[in-house]
Amino acid sequence: MDKYFEMIRIRFLMMLAYRTNYYTGILIYCINIGAYYFLWSAIYNGKSAIQGMSIEQMTTYVAVSWMARAFYFNNIDREIAMEIKEGKVAVELIRPYSYLGMKTMQGLGEGVFRLFFLSFPGLIITSLLFPLHFSSDIRTWGYFALSIMLSFVINSQLNLLAGVVTFFTLNNEGLLRAKRFVIDLFSGLILPISFYPHWAQEVMKYFPFQAISYIPSMIFTESFRGQAVINGLLFQLVWSIILLFPLQLLWKVAKKRLVVQGG
Amino acid sequence: MFYVSVFFQYMAQYMKTKLQYRADLFVEFLSDLMFQSVNLIFILVVFGHTTLLHGWARDEMIFIYGFFLVPFALFGAFFNIWDFNERYIVRGEMDRVLTRPVHSLFQIILERMELESLVGGVTGMIIMGYASARLHLEFHWYDFFLFLLFALGGMLVYAGVFISLATISFWSDARSSIMPMMYNISNYGRYPIDIYNRVIRYILTWILPFAFVGVYPSAYFLGKKEWYGYAFLTPVIGLVFFMIAVMLWNKGVKRYRGAGN
Repeated sequence: MDKYFEMIRIRFLMMLAYRTNYYTGILIYCINIGAYYFLWSAIYNGKSAIQGMSIEQMTTYVAVSWMARAFYFNNIDREIAMEIKEGKVAVELIRPYSYLGMKTMQGLGEGVFRLFFLSFPGLIITSLLFPLHFSSDIRTWGYFALSIMLSFVINSQLNLLAGVVTFFTLNNEGLLRAKRFVIDLFSGLILPISFYPHWAQEVMKYFPFQAISYIPSMIFTESFRGQAVINGLLFQLVWSIILLFPLQLLWKVAKKRLVVQGG
Repeated sequence: MFYVSVFFQYMAQYMKTKLQYRADLFVEFLSDLMFQSVNLIFILVVFGHTTLLHGWARDEMIFIYGFFLVPFALFGAFFNIWDFNERYIVRGEMDRVLTRPVHSLFQIILERMELESLVGGVTGMIIMGYASARLHLEFHWYDFFLFLLFALGGMLVYAGVFISLATISFWSDARSSIMPMMYNISNYGRYPIDIYNRVIRYILTWILPFAFVGVYPSAYFLGKKEWYGYAFLTPVIGLVFFMIAVMLWNKGVKRYRGAGN
């Protein structure tokens, strides 16, 4: 356990060394949030609520989705693909830790770093620029914290799955891009799932994507209340368990089939 | 004439290398298509809940997005200077570029060509075709030439802003994230300008004129008479910003002292 904690710490310190990059990161996120803020204001244009969400809730939704993204987002799929391409993975595999566990911990180190240096200051700055609404209910914050942890788990599992597929295809730039597209669209980052047509919402119930961004943001904006919060968290929990199975299976087969290129 | 022939020779060479890896090329096309559809889906879904966005109808929004894709594709194909700092300044590649017989900026454009981006322009034209069929737009024979003029103008706006940013590397070789930041700002130009507040509108028109890549020129084809003045300014703004960029570039090159070996 200690060694995994150490990996989080080292990745955190590594990121800390390059922290100036993150000041512009905050600006970029603010620019994006701003674009959506103006768009949504024009879309609401006097309407008090669309799909049960007020404009204030929507603005908060957009801001918190981007800031949460800073936490759960990571590039471990690309890192795995890179290590396979360069043959480094052979060395990693003989080391006394689980390769996938190590990757996840590195992702977590990055996430925690961005949580402190991007999300928190970013949220404060955006709350000065745009009319955001923060809940005063401590339970909402608790549920939200739990929810973004699960977002991180599910997003990382999907990343690991996409990365492990590289063991079979050797070059899977296409798959990685397709995955990014699906997550952009169906995680709820650019559009709350409740805005999609009914049939699309039904289909998305059978996929894990809304667990990444939609559920935590809906909890934070209090668009989910009571039972809906519990259902959302359960949805995340169930998916984070389900995804373990294909991951383990694929990983077992992948290790046997590993072909090291170069290295 | 020499420039034109060099240009086509580089282009032919580029096609040869790319066609060696057809599967990769196909994947690239497909993923570009996917990313272009994200915005389209956003517009479609949003207009399931509203009919007008500050006086712009759904199909007009789609038309603007389609138009935007054309200059953006041209820019992406010929002005790949995102990594100018790392590739040319930090690694000292600029030394080599300066020994070539063509203008240094032109040489870099040739080297960094990415013709596959042009597919985005085709997508854009299909989207525009769809939107104009639904809007029953009427076109005159000269509209085609205006379209070319506006698309090139939009491309020059983009090129002007990003080349100017790239020239910063001549003065300071520190890595900066100003390019991705500008890229995110440029997305503002894809939507009708009147949804923004006055300050942002002013910036998008005169300082970082990304509105001339999408809304303004599209307004002409959509028959929005109140924007005609701005629409016809598109090529002018494009040329002005491009000329400023070239001037900055020439100044910067004079200051350039090789780095690395």
